[in-house]
Amino acid sequence: MTSALLVQRVAKRFGAVQALDGIDLEVRQGEFFGLLGPNGAGKTTLISALAGLVRLDSGQIQVMGCDVVADYRNARRQLGVVPQELVFDPFFSVRETLRIQCGYFGIRQSRERDAWIDEILENLDLTSKANANMRALSGGMKRRVLVAQALVHRPPVIVLDEPTAGVDVELRQTLWQFIRRLNRDGHTVVLTTHYLEEAESLCGRIAMLKAGRVVALDTTANLLHSFSTHALRLRPAPGALLPAALLGRAENKDGMWTIAFDRFEEIEPVLAELRAAGCSLDDLEIGKPDLEDVFVRVMQGKAEAPA
Amino acid sequence: MSGFSTLLYKEVLRFWKVGFQTVAAPVMTAMLYLLIFSHALAAHVEVYPGVAYTAFLVPGLVMMSMLQNAFANSSSSLIQSKVTGSIIFVLLPPISYRAFYLAYVLAAVLRGLSVGVGVLLATMWFAPLQFAAPLWIVVFAMLGSGILASLGVIAGIWADKFDQLAAFQNFIIMPLTFLSGVFYSIHSLPPLWQQASHWNPIFYMIDGFRHGFFGVSDVSPWQSFAIVATCFVLLSAFTLGMLKRGYKLRA
Repeated sequence: MTSALLVQRVAKRFGAVQALDGIDLEVRQGEFFGLLGPNGAGKTTLISALAGLVRLDSGQIQVMGCDVVADYRNARRQLGVVPQELVFDPFFSVRETLRIQCGYFGIRQSRERDAWIDEILENLDLTSKANANMRALSGGMKRRVLVAQALVHRPPVIVLDEPTAGVDVELRQTLWQFIRRLNRDGHTVVLTTHYLEEAESLCGRIAMLKAGRVVALDTTANLLHSFSTHALRLRPAPGALLPAALLGRAENKDGMWTIAFDRFEEIEPVLAELRAAGCSLDDLEIGKPDLEDVFVRVMQGKAEAPA
Repeated sequence: MSGFSTLLYKEVLRFWKVGFQTVAAPVMTAMLYLLIFSHALAAHVEVYPGVAYTAFLVPGLVMMSMLQNAFANSSSSLIQSKVTGSIIFVLLPPISYRAFYLAYVLAAVLRGLSVGVGVLLATMWFAPLQFAAPLWIVVFAMLGSGILASLGVIAGIWADKFDQLAAFQNFIIMPLTFLSGVFYSIHSLPPLWQQASHWNPIFYMIDGFRHGFFGVSDVSPWQSFAIVATCFVLLSAFTLGMLKRGYKLRA
């Protein structure tokens, strides 16, 4: 089956900055794929290259088998991009904006077009604002219109570049509900976000970028399992000392000791050690592996990534 | 609709929605020029035999308004969408650089023509006009607006700030239009300035356009046509080259 996205040995330099440094990546059709990394890692440059906004120094990118340079017309028809910046054209209403965007993709006026626009508006809770001028919308509403604009031509691949930055909880839920539905219907979704819990709950596979390189690439489950473990976090009562047997495997941060473990059976011996040493506790909790931990470890280079 | 026709429609809608600013205001400005200059000079100046100064002034003002507004349309649309970031909506779809160029230039020409027709209708009541060679009127109106529209595309893409665009407009376009024979015949100038005027392509646009009304001009309309058409072809080729390379649009 043709890859939704195929990125091969892609490099791009802006002056002294190597924004993309030999990136290889494949996103399969129907995937919900996460592209994570700190600011300046190259996520937006990569997305811009997919969309034809940035011209590569070397390498190739295909969207649904169409080269983004040689076959740019077809490549762009396959792609819907929600840009990171909150941009809008102040001259038009929401409905005009969406109709114009349809026209840019060669979609003629028809009942089907109008029905699809109505459906998008409904799903993004924009129906009541359809005839409002873009200037009159709140930031969250404008963000929804950006999502709507990316979807008007029913692209099989949807790229969302930090779509929930500065957006309220209600919109996030509405947005993710809709995007999940599109993904279930077969659309490939590529997401960049700084909200790692969102990426963890939505993405089946994740690539982590650092300084223009892919430093981790695997399924979300594997990443969590490879780089992160369960953690027993405990805070001894004032005056109580952690037994020497546990000190070797515990890390202290702000008075809270963290002991990593893989299986729950490993908890009981730890508690037995504490009991035996008479170490009373003020606080105790069990932490699940999370993507933030994985992210931090990968970015600090504490873990070897299966990229 | 195709990408081209949608972009053209959007660009026309953009200026039409603010018609007071983009069409009515330039018409008003041209009327004020006509009233002031004709009041001050009509009794003292006769440029062509049998043509009143006020009548002489009208085609020049029509052309000047068309040129300035054609430039303003493409340049302001592009700089605004670049500064606000909304240019991305035009760059993401499968619109070719040729379609991009044609849509921006045609929309700017349409605004130029709208303003030109407005100025003509508003000023023709003040002076009896002839239409000696209507085809020349149409040809020079189209080519002149097309050239300034292309320059607008270049300036809009080149400028990173409104300030730079204003400099382009005020230090290049305005002097060229004002010193091109809108208000006078270049035969009334000293030899040096007459010679200098022949290096100003806008002089040929206005002279050829005026020939369409009165059948007389400072130089042959065919010479003006050759120069103006060559300028249009060269500027179009240059602009298309910029767009093809993605200069300042695609990093």
